[in-house]
Amino acid sequence: MTAETISLAELRKHQPRFTGLSPGHRACQGCGELLAARLVTEAAGPDVVVANSTGCLEVTTTSWPDSAWRVPWLHSLFENGAAIASGMEAALKAQGRASKVLAFAGDGGTFDIGFQALSGMIERGHNVLFVCYDNEAYMNTGVQRSGSTPVGAATTTSPAGKERLGKRHLKKDILSIIAAHHMPYAATATVAYPADLRHKVRRAIEVEGPTFLLVHSPCPQGWGHDGSRTVEVARLGVQSGLVPLIELERGAVTGVMPIRELRPVADYLKAQARFRHLFADTAEAARELQHLQALAEHNIERYGLSAPGPEPRDTEGADTVRRGGQHWA
Amino acid sequence: MPQALEGSQAIARAVALCRPQVVSAYPITPQTHIVENIAKLVADGQLECEYVSVESEHSAASVVLGAAAAGSRAYTASASQGILLMSEVLYDISGLRVPMVLTCANRALSGPISIWNDQSDSMAVRDAGWIQLYCTSNQEAVDTHIQAFRIAQETELPVMVCMDGFTLTHTMEPLDLPTQEEVDAFLPPFRFDRMLDPQAPVSIGTMVGPEAYSELRYANHHDLLGAADNILRANADWAEASGRDWGGLLRTSGPAEARIGLLGLGSLIGTLQDAALAHPELPPTRIMALRAFRPFPIEALQAACEGLDELVVIERAFSPGFGAIVAAEVRAALSELPQAPRVHAVAVGLGGRDIGLSLYPRLIEVAHGEHAERFRILDLDPERLPQELRA
Amino acid sequence: MIEVRIHGRGGQGNVAASYLLAGTAIDQGWHALAFPAFGAERRGAPVAAFVRMDRSPFSRRDQIAHPDYLIVQDEALLHDAATLAGLKPGGGVLVNSPRTPTELGLDVKAYSLPANALAEKHLGRPVPNTALLAAFITLTGLLPLEALSHELGQRFKGAVLDKNRTLIAAAAEAVEADIWNQEVAHAAGA
Repeated sequence: MTAETISLAELRKHQPRFTGLSPGHRACQGCGELLAARLVTEAAGPDVVVANSTGCLEVTTTSWPDSAWRVPWLHSLFENGAAIASGMEAALKAQGRASKVLAFAGDGGTFDIGFQALSGMIERGHNVLFVCYDNEAYMNTGVQRSGSTPVGAATTTSPAGKERLGKRHLKKDILSIIAAHHMPYAATATVAYPADLRHKVRRAIEVEGPTFLLVHSPCPQGWGHDGSRTVEVARLGVQSGLVPLIELERGAVTGVMPIRELRPVADYLKAQARFRHLFADTAEAARELQHLQALAEHNIERYGLSAPGPEPRDTEGADTVRRGGQHWA
Repeated sequence: MPQALEGSQAIARAVALCRPQVVSAYPITPQTHIVENIAKLVADGQLECEYVSVESEHSAASVVLGAAAAGSRAYTASASQGILLMSEVLYDISGLRVPMVLTCANRALSGPISIWNDQSDSMAVRDAGWIQLYCTSNQEAVDTHIQAFRIAQETELPVMVCMDGFTLTHTMEPLDLPTQEEVDAFLPPFRFDRMLDPQAPVSIGTMVGPEAYSELRYANHHDLLGAADNILRANADWAEASGRDWGGLLRTSGPAEARIGLLGLGSLIGTLQDAALAHPELPPTRIMALRAFRPFPIEALQAACEGLDELVVIERAFSPGFGAIVAAEVRAALSELPQAPRVHAVAVGLGGRDIGLSLYPRLIEVAHGEHAERFRILDLDPERLPQELRA
Repeated sequence: MIEVRIHGRGGQGNVAASYLLAGTAIDQGWHALAFPAFGAERRGAPVAAFVRMDRSPFSRRDQIAHPDYLIVQDEALLHDAATLAGLKPGGGVLVNSPRTPTELGLDVKAYSLPANALAEKHLGRPVPNTALLAAFITLTGLLPLEALSHELGQRFKGAVLDKNRTLIAAAAEAVEADIWNQEVAHAAGA
């Protein structure tokens, strides 16, 4: 066999994508979380061990005796994903094995019931990438509110009605809490910008120590939009400022995705039935809309999100389809 | 050559001799000295392992689950509220068939809060699917921990080694610790066939629907019953290596002609034995130390009760709203026999109340009662009861 | 069998005293068991520790209701009826106090040792337990002082060990040897 030199671009054109999560699972059409998980496992590669907390992701991908996972994977309970991952990491370290441990959890398993274990894992410095698939409610059990549910959103336990306008409390400021843990690297991402997400996954995996990635993942069922609009809704969230895409190193903001084409929050909220009541013709509804607009503007100011220039549309998805689907560019 | 050791200290050394790769724990009285001693062994370079100081017992059990699933021998210890807090994980560990060893330093449960010894904590999780072994002395606890690591990996079932808090953990006595060579000869390197490995990926903990759940649960039950063989073999092999035989599932002492049996779990056995010696004027008794509570040794118990007219079961916990826990299972096991002794159930020493030699004659009285004692807390102090309860 | 009960307040090394006594006895070939009974509070709360020792093995693990000897590390506890409760007839009480047993109002066989002052002098801190143990084994003739000294070496090192060794020598000197060994003979044979 003779040696052949090939350019990186050429190599990537022929290189197959790694499939960590295969098709054939039972998630809803247009599920943002499953899309995010596919992107994350693709970017992470095969040399990983996954701890998956209870939620839509594990329920829809495993039904004994079938499993959609092509990486070693363990699901234990709801609140202990970070602790399971800590144990896996300790074992691999003791055995001298280099595989990377990933923890996957929904917002419930991150912000609420899973928070204690996550905080402990970071404090102890385990070499684990914790990925939160944030669809902003307890979706698998029927769309109940979580600490991550945005203020004003309707869920089954924070419904809108004569006396209420959806969830009364603010979305827990998980970014500040994460920043306060001073971990080496943390970032937020979204399914609307898959190249950015993959880049952040690869960045996090390279870090020796605890890292955190929050992936904003629309839920067509829970948010009330068509499955075909998942990516569009996610993009609107970013463009409104309500979903800041930032990177944190040891608690300091070191990178942001600027919003080139700023949209009013109403454009984002209008696309989802869970915010429908905010468009009623009442003073209270108008006030709550203003509140959400103010929250978005606060994010923009706080993280320095506004910047001029053209919208860097992520065309990698479309390019891939044009090329035939299974290879990198 | 026996050396003076505190129970907890000896357990820490015994566990270290078993070469765990991951130890994780959250402190709770009276387990603290065990995990502190292990930490010191690690700090002094005498034990090479990953020591993970977690933020709660729920996480301690989760860390060892993740570690064992990833292929490492893992250990944790807890008691009382910690056992309850981690109970969710305990059921998951056994359900997923992941092997490990846990020390339960038996302590009463809140409320009201009590830091003292009884067995309500381990009894509360008797259905968690773990092997449960109860130790009557610190020497038995040392030997049982070593056996436990082998039993766990052979059966792919987790083992809970129960030892009375304070009474055993905080007692100093002469103890024999085996050498590293002796333990290595007995305990093979850790091996878990379903280990998480990117080279051969598997999914553990998948959802199971009604069409498959019963069969999986039956398999676990079947294997837990079958673990009796592993318990017996581990005891026999270790007895040959060390000269110390703890009886396997159940151990009896006392003269063959005894017609009264006294059955208990844990450290009270030693006190009963000395009490019997101190009362030669009373009828002889067959003292039975129930070592394995799960799997419950039905056949061994039936055989051990051969020839008894009366059996007094001495509980260290009870089931509020019903009464006996151990005696209920004993009664069920003996009901299969055409000729079974009368079974009496009493509870003593709840919340750490001292169990003295003076209990012994009262147990004989119970055995000679007109009716079989359904259930009675034998050491109640009438002065401390409200008027209306002083019957 | 000899049963010793040690009373003190948390922080006075009561449990350590029981472990030292048992450890020394075990080293000398006795079968011995030492264990505490305490409450959840830490410093200052009344603590009892038990030591049971016998030439032959025994199995009981109950608390000592009828001690042959009491070691009282804090004289204020003499006001508590539980401290002296159950003392065997003819049993001995060793009290940490500069006052005599008569002054303390004790009408049982008793001996006082100003252990705090001795400890203050040799250790720099009023921790009475090692001094009282040295006095106890001298009074009873139960165990040789060198055995206690050796056991101290298992628990302490450096300057602390040296000071404790000086202290126990001083404490042993301060009491009469073997005046309680009649009781020992009686108890061991019982």
